[in-house]
Amino acid sequence: MKAFLILEDGTVFEGSSAGSKKEVVSEIVFNTSMTGYLEVMTDPSYAGQAVVMTYPLIGNYGITPDMESGRAWTDGLIVRELSALPSNFRCEGKIQDFLEKQGVTAITGVDTRALTRHLRDRGTMNGMITTDSGYDLDRVISRLRAYKVGDAVSRATCREAYVLESTAGEMLYQVALLDLGAKDNIARSLRKRGCRVTVYPAGTKAEEILGNHPDGIMLSNGPGDPAECVGLMKEIKKLYESEVPIFAICLGHQLMALANGAKTYRLKYGHRGGNHPVRDMKTGRVYISSQNHGYAVDASTLGEDIASEAFVNVNDGTNEGLSYTGKNIFTVQFHPEACPGPQDLAFLFERFLDMMKGEK
Amino acid sequence: MPRNTEIKKVLVIGSGPIVIGQAAEFDYAGTQACRSLKEEGIEVVLLNSNPATIMTDRDIADHVYIEPLTTEVVEALIEKEQPDSLLPTLGGQAALNLAMELEERGYLKEHGVRLIGTTAQTIKKAEDRLEFKETMEKIGEPCAASLVVENVEDGICFAEKIGYPVVLRPAYTLGGSGGGIAENRQQLTEILENGLRLSRVGQVLVERCIAGWKEIEYEVMRDQAGNCITVCNMENIDPVGVHTGDSIVTAPSQTLGDKEYQMLRSSALKIIGELAITGGCNVQYALNPDTFEYCVIEVNPRVSRSSALASKATGYPIARVAAKIALGYTLDEIKNAVTGKTCACFEPMLDYCVVKIPRLPFDKFLSAKHTLTTQMKATGEVMSICSNFEGALMKALRSLEQHVDSLKSYDYSTLSDEELRKELKKVDDRRIFRIAEAVRRKIPFEEIHAVTKIDLWFIHKIANITNMEARLEKGSLDQETLREAKRMEFPDVLIAKLSKTEESRIRELRKAYQIEAAYKMVDTCAAEFASETPYYYSVYDGKNEAKVTAGRKKVLVLGSGPIRIGQGIEFDFCSVHCTWAFKEQGYETIIVNNNPETVSTDFDIADKLYFEPLTPEDVENIVNFEKPDGAVVQFGGQTAIKLTESLEKMGVPILGTAPEDVDAAEDRELFDRILEECGIPRPKGETVFTAEEAKKVANRLGYPVLVRPSYVLGGQGMQIAINDKDVDEFMGIINRIAQDHPILVDKYLNGREIEVDAVCDGEEILIPGIMEHIERAGIHSGDSVSIYPSRNISEKTKKTIETYTGRLAKALHVVGLINIQFIVCGEEVFVIEVNPRSSRTVPYISKVTGIPIVPLAAMVITGEKIRDLGYEPGLQPEADYFAVKMPVFSFEKIRGADISLGPEMKSTGECLGISRSFDEALYKAFLGAGVRLPKYHNMILSVRDEDKEEAVEIGRKFADMGYTIYATRGTSRALAKAGVPVRMARKLEEESPNLLDLILGHRIDLVIDTPGQGVEHSRDGFVIRRNAIETGVNVLTAIDTAKALAASLEHSGERKLTLVDIAGEEFERRGKAWE
Repeated sequence: MKAFLILEDGTVFEGSSAGSKKEVVSEIVFNTSMTGYLEVMTDPSYAGQAVVMTYPLIGNYGITPDMESGRAWTDGLIVRELSALPSNFRCEGKIQDFLEKQGVTAITGVDTRALTRHLRDRGTMNGMITTDSGYDLDRVISRLRAYKVGDAVSRATCREAYVLESTAGEMLYQVALLDLGAKDNIARSLRKRGCRVTVYPAGTKAEEILGNHPDGIMLSNGPGDPAECVGLMKEIKKLYESEVPIFAICLGHQLMALANGAKTYRLKYGHRGGNHPVRDMKTGRVYISSQNHGYAVDASTLGEDIASEAFVNVNDGTNEGLSYTGKNIFTVQFHPEACPGPQDLAFLFERFLDMMKGEK
Repeated sequence: MPRNTEIKKVLVIGSGPIVIGQAAEFDYAGTQACRSLKEEGIEVVLLNSNPATIMTDRDIADHVYIEPLTTEVVEALIEKEQPDSLLPTLGGQAALNLAMELEERGYLKEHGVRLIGTTAQTIKKAEDRLEFKETMEKIGEPCAASLVVENVEDGICFAEKIGYPVVLRPAYTLGGSGGGIAENRQQLTEILENGLRLSRVGQVLVERCIAGWKEIEYEVMRDQAGNCITVCNMENIDPVGVHTGDSIVTAPSQTLGDKEYQMLRSSALKIIGELAITGGCNVQYALNPDTFEYCVIEVNPRVSRSSALASKATGYPIARVAAKIALGYTLDEIKNAVTGKTCACFEPMLDYCVVKIPRLPFDKFLSAKHTLTTQMKATGEVMSICSNFEGALMKALRSLEQHVDSLKSYDYSTLSDEELRKELKKVDDRRIFRIAEAVRRKIPFEEIHAVTKIDLWFIHKIANITNMEARLEKGSLDQETLREAKRMEFPDVLIAKLSKTEESRIRELRKAYQIEAAYKMVDTCAAEFASETPYYYSVYDGKNEAKVTAGRKKVLVLGSGPIRIGQGIEFDFCSVHCTWAFKEQGYETIIVNNNPETVSTDFDIADKLYFEPLTPEDVENIVNFEKPDGAVVQFGGQTAIKLTESLEKMGVPILGTAPEDVDAAEDRELFDRILEECGIPRPKGETVFTAEEAKKVANRLGYPVLVRPSYVLGGQGMQIAINDKDVDEFMGIINRIAQDHPILVDKYLNGREIEVDAVCDGEEILIPGIMEHIERAGIHSGDSVSIYPSRNISEKTKKTIETYTGRLAKALHVVGLINIQFIVCGEEVFVIEVNPRSSRTVPYISKVTGIPIVPLAAMVITGEKIRDLGYEPGLQPEADYFAVKMPVFSFEKIRGADISLGPEMKSTGECLGISRSFDEALYKAFLGAGVRLPKYHNMILSVRDEDKEEAVEIGRKFADMGYTIYATRGTSRALAKAGVPVRMARKLEEESPNLLDLILGHRIDLVIDTPGQGVEHSRDGFVIRRNAIETGVNVLTAIDTAKALAASLEHSGERKLTLVDIAGEEFERRGKAWE
């Protein structure tokens, strides 16, 4: 069945329908990872977005037990080709069936390179995937213009707090993980290093978290525009003021900065992929990182007395991490938990452990 | 870290002659690296024995030495040039081994030369089997259970402990020489004995067999600050067991999930860090297809064939970046030359699929085994890029130029299912065609996978192709089918064949449906950043993004495709120089080529690069888009020449010599008429169709005669017949292959073979020099030792050659290059072959005379005149140097190939010896070709009757040099009679010790064995030659070569080699005139 991807600026890409047939309006973003489509689809940070995979052959190894959360979060998936016969020793099914079961609308046969160039040149924009060839372009465009990702955190976070035990055979630290739409590998990364992780819903009050006396607090990644999460900022400011070591990733990183008076801004087309070089400002070393963000912290809006830049993107000079002055707080824009992508920065979890050790 | 300013003068070592396992990729890497060094103001001293390379050009390095790659030469060079640094990681294993030897001996330290790009410790850790294993164990990276052995007994003991099959890998050899898989004790003994001898350090690794696992490679880069990136990974379609150089490979990996991908990537970074490599490195893995278990197979601490492939597959210039790192830069300080915006410290992301297919030389070695093993056999490779796997595979297949354009090109349809099932087990160059047939027969994918271990995903992709074949065979040519067929890169001619219609109809349909090729860019970043680099590939399912350019005149340069015997790196040299010359003349240059190993496919050689198959349809698509003002075909070997007619049909003017004149040189009748008009004799001969006619002609001309099919290249199928029986046999063979064309029977002249390359501007000619072959006519010119200037022909003959060349060039209206081969008998000069195009000897003659004939040819093509370019037309004055071009063979790599030389070319590469003294030049050439004598002072002499007289002289010389000569009965009788001390050796079938025992006893330096003329029926000679080659003994099969060797050795003694800088003042003289 034919399907259409209609962009906010009136550009239309034609392809074939796959997965769910339901019409979907979403923010269209591209991801350059060559592997890890399942991790991408199940990353809650993609809530409210439809992803274009720039690698043309998707689904080659099928669906493996590598989901990063309980379900798929992407509204849509835009690909060049879906593999009809996946092959991998851990393959549990075809991506086509997964999309259908998860209600993800997909379109295949799209010239994803042309689409990516379009988004690169004009910036991220909204789009619709539909199988209705009789669409009225003007009406669709006005619908697209009105679309906003909105409050996606409350959708992506867990409903109630729960505890995950250490998987290292010993329990070294108690970590509170504020789930803003966390990928599973954040908790996994902590647990395998000897942490018992208590996961809290995004709406949890700072007092409740601090009242349980965690050794450290982890702020997770999550979807949406950080500047809209005003309520969260307030609670995070309280966490900032405690003496508990804090490590934050992505949205957590942005919210910590916002809570301290920084400004964030929207990137033209974001950073989504597994090849972004970031420089550790302390050592000068450059690492390849896994990234997924459409907004960034404007580091110039934070005084040196509050925080200094810990990591900077080597390609475009955008902020990739902050180290808070006089505080045991360290935050990064990229994803040290990877999944998908390179694991070169996983050592930051150990740094977090060292921070907690110092406080003990 | 900014660059180390103490580095001012760097010695770069190249990889030497092209052999299997070490080919054009090192010219590509070396050239790119030298340019990268020069960009930084470094004075570059270059050493490489291979004259056909671009890296040995005077504009690539400041000082160029085309000298043998031996430690003595490097030492002398260091003393002469006094470089402060040595960069050994760009010249393959050959350069690395040389550097290691000098470093271990303390020579480099003593002379204040620092090793850059790597350290001796790194090389040892990566290359010494034991140290490598210990290092891997230390950092917890798994290797297959293995043991380094230095004798056969230990090998047997270990193999029996871990169980057969086992893999054997000799330390420090190229392309896995001497390795293999042993299933039992007998095979183990055989391979191990051979491997121990070939290893520089006498070590062989015996290893648990992981054949059938997925073979995955990662290309990694690291700088001294410890920054690491992976350029890309690659997945071999052929699982572990087939050398990666002989495997069909995809980039990136297709069947690895992110977990496996990152697991191996992390491992690769850990390894490069532990080895402290600064520069590029290749890590090969075996991945258990059913678990996360993996083994590190091998690490190459240098640029390699795989890194060349990775560079072309991603656009990331590994050698260029490695050279900058060697100077002290860190990755983040180096610009990504492709995007021009980002830095080199990132990982390329592909948004397309790449397929590489090896070019195997079995068409040249009919008797060779086609089996693919862990020992590499391919001479070259092709690469293709497409938006889908099926398309990339189809494009790569037709790029091979082996009369293959689909998975049906080898027909297995006549096999019964049972036979086919049996054939599936064979691991050779045609496996994929049998798999396709199995898929067509509905043999379950699972069963095919169980037998071949090839991943189901690839089998399924093959099925997509065979399904499309079936769909087309049903004749359906609706829009959707056609669109899908083109998306999968089915060429029109194939679609027409399958759907039983005309190609023109397919073209019309495509026009009607608007199914057209579009071009996409290779930009290293999956379109995330805007890129300027015009490096393109075609797709049928996307929008065009290639930029239309106008303003300058456009010239299309057609490359020469994969490296193969008969068409090697020389033609890439010509294509690149022609491109540069056109660029300088203000043209916009467009290169089309499909060989990832070459300089011509580097992204910054031409203004635009189309990485595409060189077939009429693929080229026409480019022509339709680019609308070039003309095309040059005379520099790209037969590959480009073959496209001439098609280009004309497309309306593209052929620049230079007109196509009909090229044809005239190939058409027997036309050519005879031209010769007659010019008053130039050629050996008498006639055209025949049947064996009866052939014999009649042969008897009329008198034996021996040359018998060959018309319209062939590289002497394919050419034979010397000495009697009617031979004629019968050859005619039988020829007629089996090609019945349509007439067969030529020529009188065989036993004279001196002479060759010239000349530039003609339509009126006048320029001959840089006359080359003379050491071997008599009858041995392919590419396999002959060629000397410049000629030594054995009179001034009068030289004049005749000059006159004939001028007459022929004018008669053929040559504008550009022409190559002519003559036979000189006394003062009589006969023409035997004329090629109005560039030839194999062009780089050689350009370098040794200092006359840049490719740029000159390009300029006369654009209308310049030789006189206006600063040259006096005619034969140029002779140099006061001698230059000897020596062919180099890769016989040890091709099991079962007959090594005796004849009219069919067999060499894979060449090296040069250059000196003021002829003997020294010859000695250097032999040295460069790997003939390092003496070792044991023992040799075997076995010659045919006609050569007995000369054999006596050769024997005497070797005897005087202290050699013990073993000879076969007839030869020994001749030697003894002449008073040369000789020992008679028993024939093969006689009891030990016989000839074979002598060879296998590893005490023989040299075998001179000249096979009887005509078809050689004796298996003895074949067995002796094969065994000698496989035990690493030098073998000469032409009496003239043997004579030359004896002469060159006679005076070699203790003399210190002189070194010649061909970019130095002496050679500048001629170059200047042109500049």
